[in-house]
Amino acid sequence: MLTLPLLAVSGVCKQFPGVKALENVSLALSAGEVLAVVGENGAGKSTLMKILAGLYRPDAGEIYLSGQRVTFAGPAEAMQAGISLIHQELNLAENLSVADNLFLGREPCFAGPLRLINRRAIQTRGAALLAQVGLNSSLLPRPVHRLSPGQKQLVEIARALGQDAKILIMDEPTSSLTQTETDRLYEVIARLKSQQVSVLYISHRLAEVERCADRAVVLRDGRLAGELPREAIRHDQLVRLMVGRELQQFFPQAEHQQAGPAILRIENLRYAGGPASAVSFTVHAGEVLGMAGLVGSGRTELAEAVFGIRKRSSGNIRVAGKPVTVRNPREAIRAGIFLVPEDRRLHGLITAASVGFNLSLPNLTSLSRTFLRLVVPQRERSLHRLLIQRLSIKTPSARQAVRLLSGGNQQKIVFAKWLARGPRVLILDEPTRGVDVGAKAEIYRFIKELASQGVAIWMITSDMEELLGIADRVLVMHEGKLAGELSRAALSEVAVMTLATGGAST
Amino acid sequence: MNRIAGVLALVVGLYGWLYLSNPAQFNLYVVVDLLNRHGFFGILSLGVGVLIITGGIDLSIGSVVALSAVSFGVLMRQGVPPIVAASIVITGGIVIGLIHGLLVTWGGLQPFLVTLCGLFVYRGLARTVSGIGEKTAEQTVSLYTIRNAAPESAGAMDWLRAVFVGKGSDGGLTIPMEFLWMLGLAAALAVILHGSAYGRYWYAIGYNEQAARYSGVNVTRHRIIVFVISSLGAAAGGIILLLDFASVDPASDGGEFELLAITGAVIGGCSLRGGEGTVLGIFLGSAILPAINKLNIFLGVPNTVIPIVIGLTLLIGAGLDEWLRRRSSRN
Repeated sequence: MLTLPLLAVSGVCKQFPGVKALENVSLALSAGEVLAVVGENGAGKSTLMKILAGLYRPDAGEIYLSGQRVTFAGPAEAMQAGISLIHQELNLAENLSVADNLFLGREPCFAGPLRLINRRAIQTRGAALLAQVGLNSSLLPRPVHRLSPGQKQLVEIARALGQDAKILIMDEPTSSLTQTETDRLYEVIARLKSQQVSVLYISHRLAEVERCADRAVVLRDGRLAGELPREAIRHDQLVRLMVGRELQQFFPQAEHQQAGPAILRIENLRYAGGPASAVSFTVHAGEVLGMAGLVGSGRTELAEAVFGIRKRSSGNIRVAGKPVTVRNPREAIRAGIFLVPEDRRLHGLITAASVGFNLSLPNLTSLSRTFLRLVVPQRERSLHRLLIQRLSIKTPSARQAVRLLSGGNQQKIVFAKWLARGPRVLILDEPTRGVDVGAKAEIYRFIKELASQGVAIWMITSDMEELLGIADRVLVMHEGKLAGELSRAALSEVAVMTLATGGAST
Repeated sequence: MNRIAGVLALVVGLYGWLYLSNPAQFNLYVVVDLLNRHGFFGILSLGVGVLIITGGIDLSIGSVVALSAVSFGVLMRQGVPPIVAASIVITGGIVIGLIHGLLVTWGGLQPFLVTLCGLFVYRGLARTVSGIGEKTAEQTVSLYTIRNAAPESAGAMDWLRAVFVGKGSDGGLTIPMEFLWMLGLAAALAVILHGSAYGRYWYAIGYNEQAARYSGVNVTRHRIIVFVISSLGAAAGGIILLLDFASVDPASDGGEFELLAITGAVIGGCSLRGGEGTVLGIFLGSAILPAINKLNIFLGVPNTVIPIVIGLTLLIGAGLDEWLRRRSSRN
């Protein structure tokens, strides 16, 4: 080859506790090229991008920029070298103006000890930067929180260009954009290409990849699964590369249950931040209803609406046929609907407190006397003993602080604290995220056991193995709507991915 | 427990120093007086302490003390029987706490902001109320003028003074009643905070309000309850202040009491981040301020330096605690 690629990644590996996030990944990017990086949730896309942006350090492997080996101690160094990450959650100071954001941390200043800001330079240089992304300079004084998501995205790109970025990493850039804003973004990308700026485009919206990528690489389980040139980028080809692996054998071999009567019935639900069309579905006694979809497809929001955290604008919730009022988690719990939330450190547990404190918290009514609601220590101790044993939570004692336990044991505590309340409906949001393999198997066994006792289980998961392993029936969400239902017999990874990426149901 | 041991050492050290600095002057009267001072600030610190445990703060305490003391006096001056007047003031304290709690929970305002506004409003109210029925707009409220204006109340007033302060009609202090009332309050709060479901909810809210909500805790109700407890402590403090000192200046008395109350709670182990603190710790922490005051008098240090000593004690105590915490988390 005569010309060296602008960016070359060679044999990069990255390990996190319990997971190999990246294994021996290599790729190259030329100047002015748009390279799409595709893969399922957890395939390693984000890890790779974070390594390139200097947020993580690789355990092994090299990165070359124009043939020169580079290592980044932090994002500042990556930026210096010309690599800018446009975050999924935008990284602008919302209360500052567009102009202030464009030059944050490197404001043009007058000479002298006071470093007074040169407003005129900000004005002229800011206008030029905005022009590059097709925005009007009249936006300069506007506070960022008054911009639309699309405008914010473009401002972030302009800021990166102001730092002489040669490579832009866009992580799900269209996730919060409207169609016109998305089109606008493509125009900007085309213009950047003509200026020899390269783009690493991360997305699991395959239609977008078909539309704008010059080349696509597919990651699967942290490895490079394949590469497609421009003319070979097609929906079915991408899905074929994204899926296709063997299921590990740690799922309980329990026969899939015949579903009982409907326990949870959701009728015409509309909620804040949800889709315009109403959502309806049922979960039956004894079944594990899997809910699949890509990150950001609105599954967690739906669960929050049912659990009383998100405001609902219309629709009914019935538990065992009876309509229930759920305006807050307290009422949901009273109706027998329990949630194991997605973010256990934020919502599921009080990590600074002890195991016992957490196990007792939702059960204090039954653990205390009517008089002054005094907690009875004997009742508390026996509950702790029972739950710790039942879920084989590995902790030296109930007095141990939760934050000192492993992710798997923490998750078992979130399950355990609901157990004594006798759940009728259990909503599991990513029940094994950040959980080691051993604890995963135990949690799966436990989910199946609860189902066999007649609990209706609604399991939201982005883990394909988990979905195929224990779901009795699967609903797939796409952009806030239910895109389709798959029975156990029709369930396959290809079928799920097709529905989840907006493809037609077969 | 580590924290309790630290505060206990500080309390023992300070009182030991106090005794040794002037054994001759350290008589029974001084001890009773010290206990009463401790009792007074303890009531305020305990009230705000449970609020701090839930992650809240109350900057209005000093002004509520002033407003309560002044209202209590003015009501009696207007001929309201002392016990009725005290009940009205206590009810007022509950109402103030409810307002704070509602503004924070339903109004979505920050506790710091709500009670900062309260600090100004109640001070202004105290000064305005003090002039009711008088020729001047602002008037020092004293037991002496009340006795003249409403002689029929004198007996009940003396009784209240004996019961809540421990002072006889001659002004002599015999039994530290403020301290005993504070002990009673501490015992009641200890049972609730450390023994009941409510106490668990308060800690849970302080540690992680979201997780408490997701666990089905009625966060709104409990946040309001602790605001009421804090204002209730301040209202009781106001009644005691007037009975003890016999005269209250609406413009200045009670000033900075909120900061002294918070200081007592924080030295005692309450974290301003919420979730941490014990009744025993607050009890011990509020013993430190009276000791510092008395020590300065015994050592003949001008009382102008007292604020410096208090500030540095808090800083060093908090710094030491943080240092110990970091060291233990590293191992």
